[in-house]
Amino acid sequence: MPRIRVRLTFPPELIQEPIVYRLVKDFDLVINIRRADVKADYGWIALELEGDEGALERGVRWLKGKGVQVDPIERDVIVP
Amino acid sequence: MEKLNGLRCRECGRRYPATPVHVCEFCFGPLEVDYRYDTLKTVVTRASIAAGPPSMWRYKDLLPVEGDVAVGHHVGFTPLIRAQNLADELGCREVWVKNDSVCHPSWSFKDRVVSVAVTKAREFGYDTVACASTGNLANSVAAHAAEGRLKSYIFIPADLEQGKVLATLVYNPTLVAVHGTYDEVNRLCSEIADKYRWAFVNVNFRPYYSEGSKSYGFEIVEQLGWRTPGHIIVPCAGGSLITKIWKAIKEFKALGLITEPVTTKMHAAQAAGCGPIVTMIRNDTDVLVPVRPNTIAKSLAIGNPADGYYAYRTVKESGGFGAHATDEEIVEGMLLLARTEGIFTETAGGVTVAAAKKLIETGVIQRTDSIVICITGNGLKTPDALYDRLEAHVKIKPSLSAFDRALADLKSHAT
Ligand SMILES: Cc1ncc(COP(=O)(O)O)c(C=O)c1O
Ligand SMILES: [Zn+2]
Repeated sequence: MPRIRVRLTFPPELIQEPIVYRLVKDFDLVINIRRADVKADYGWIALELEGDEGALERGVRWLKGKGVQVDPIERDVIVP
Repeated sequence: MEKLNGLRCRECGRRYPATPVHVCEFCFGPLEVDYRYDTLKTVVTRASIAAGPPSMWRYKDLLPVEGDVAVGHHVGFTPLIRAQNLADELGCREVWVKNDSVCHPSWSFKDRVVSVAVTKAREFGYDTVACASTGNLANSVAAHAAEGRLKSYIFIPADLEQGKVLATLVYNPTLVAVHGTYDEVNRLCSEIADKYRWAFVNVNFRPYYSEGSKSYGFEIVEQLGWRTPGHIIVPCAGGSLITKIWKAIKEFKALGLITEPVTTKMHAAQAAGCGPIVTMIRNDTDVLVPVRPNTIAKSLAIGNPADGYYAYRTVKESGGFGAHATDEEIVEGMLLLARTEGIFTETAGGVTVAAAKKLIETGVIQRTDSIVICITGNGLKTPDALYDRLEAHVKIKPSLSAFDRALADLKSHAT
């Protein structure tokens, strides 16, 4: 099964939403949270997502559509 | 001498052997090189350093290179200049400029990190190095790969300006232009780094690569006569350089090479149009809110910096602060340094000079303190920032009388 390691950054308005739950349920992804820091008005989660290629793509697209920032675990890989 | 313990997770402290890995498998935290300071303490002295070559390799014992240096033998040991004209202009007593705009061979401090990364790539038996970049890093990786006779793959966003493409292509790398949004290019490059057995300097080689920046800090201290300044103002993008300059000072202190107490305050300089680290500092929060960059300081345009949190911690721990510079202030900063000290820096240097000025004017930095301004890149790389600000003052026909008239004209304007 393909896997990706990503870092999700949540804007304030999404902190209260069950984003991770929906990711598992609606996209049939297995998730493995490694580290997170969620405060009252901002948060991030570093996790591994596992699922078939199509499901991963759809899941990531859905997250971005919701306003979640999805980055590789290294964050900005392009350096000026 | 066995000087390395291996790598260590900066978050959970788990240890890893010194191999090309960069993320802790348990917590996904970043890995860092771990040295045997007890051993180093018996070997590294002021005299042993002073006896070394006039390059960053005089600090080789404190860098993660174990064999011979493979590339970039002449990187570093750039001038530290007592900038009295600039000091007078700023109303300060003691200002120094650490001038990496003349770093050999590719005119930015990136040569320090890349020479370490490429040397490690050779040590680990890699035949290909890579990076994803829009500027200074691309130049430096391509140049050092050429010197080391390694293959190189440089990934760039497809819409990059011609000048930057040329300054990389000249070294004959394989240049890959990627069509897509910034986020897409970023993710693709992370996947490529994961899949191919290449030394991606700022991904799988990041723990080694970033150590190279310590040499900038070592040099400041040694060139000041083994003293530390009151303030160091550092341009921040990924946030690694400022963190490593601070680490350098702490290592010198721990090894007994600095005898006086360290009171240096580390200050972060960023553009207003891409300043997530300075925003953290000014809001006094350890939460980094990513931004979409919009600034002429393209070499500092990292919206979601990997070391943002550590840069923030460095500033806090040292008691420093930070300042944002607008595009206008960046240009003014570049012109100020050129006009007062005869040093032409790129936009990143403009950011640093502008930030220094603000920190002095707002009283964060006392005018009687000693100040080091970090100039990290060359102005000839970013001429676009100045084209519409500068023009030839006098245009004349080739006759003496034409010149006489023009000169009289200039003098009357000046009064
Ligand atoms: C000229 C210049 N100065 C400073 C920096 C900032 O370094 P760091 O990414 O380690 O914060 C960069 C690049 O990132 C740069 O190109
Ligand atoms: Zn860890």
